[in-house]
Amino acid sequence: MSELFRIGPFSVTSRLFVGTGKYQTYELMQQALEASGAQVVTVAVRRERLVDSQGRSLLDHLDLSKYIILPNTAGCFTAEDAIRVSLLGRELLEKQNNPGAGWVKLEVLGDKKTLLPDPVGTLEATRELVKEGFTVLAYSSDDPRSAVRIKEAGAASVMPAGSPIGSGQGVLNPLNISLCLELLKDGDPTYPVIVDAGVGTASDVAIAMELGADGVLLNTGIAHAKDPVKMAAAMRHGLLAGRLAYESGRMGKKRYATASSPFEGVISYIPGE
Amino acid sequence: MKITVNGTPEEVPQSTTLRALIEFKKLSVDKVATEVNKRLVRSANGGYERVLAEGDAIEIVTFVGGG
Repeated sequence: MSELFRIGPFSVTSRLFVGTGKYQTYELMQQALEASGAQVVTVAVRRERLVDSQGRSLLDHLDLSKYIILPNTAGCFTAEDAIRVSLLGRELLEKQNNPGAGWVKLEVLGDKKTLLPDPVGTLEATRELVKEGFTVLAYSSDDPRSAVRIKEAGAASVMPAGSPIGSGQGVLNPLNISLCLELLKDGDPTYPVIVDAGVGTASDVAIAMELGADGVLLNTGIAHAKDPVKMAAAMRHGLLAGRLAYESGRMGKKRYATASSPFEGVISYIPGE
Repeated sequence: MKITVNGTPEEVPQSTTLRALIEFKKLSVDKVATEVNKRLVRSANGGYERVLAEGDAIEIVTFVGGG
């Protein structure tokens, strides 16, 4: 895959977006990000720990010249809070001269237990953030009509969940993801759709890409693997396998068998003939 | 005067600027983003030279790992 993946004004070299959360150590995080081949990494915005002057800052452990940072609005349950966090993230990245200052992974959550998106808050925040000049990548449920509403609100990408955040259950409803893709790309085939949330292993990534997703965003699937660095490599291969398979145009599924070797010229007895 | 910093009440001298507060916390203005009373403070507009007022609620944030 040598072509660039475009989302709004951004062009990136990998269709795999990886989160920076939940790693045991910063060193492991760095190695896993490297193994994943990702160019875009997500981060969260949180209060400085004012009592700790050791300065264990994530920014010290991310090569900002190599990665495009995509700040998220995780932990926000209202549009207002998501907008505040987006503005803070942009300010941080402007100070660091990272191109990620222009975009945001928008999450407006409904509740802490399911971490499902609040559809109304997501729409409100999308509209406001687009007005503020953000390129919005919006975390969404896999409901196709909600996804279309979010696109209509101006999101540069809709990111439907495969299954609940951090659950590792993979793509639980491939029909819905397929319908999301169909509706979002109707008349607009290059509109980017990224499956985000619930990815647990490499085959989940491949399945998402075979359905026609343009990319996959994941965090826990790598960070909570027993060997995150190896799993990051697996995810990279899974993405490539899925994308190539999708581009190849798979064979159709058939109810009955069709032999790969011809029956003509056999020396054997064939029952029923 | 009493202000709140990252959710915690604090006492600071009158005429403290936002920049002074951040530096007193051993932080760098270049590596944090800040709100005063839920409004973003922009470096570009000289926002950090702002003198804090009684009751101000300050949020000082940075990036942490996340998905």
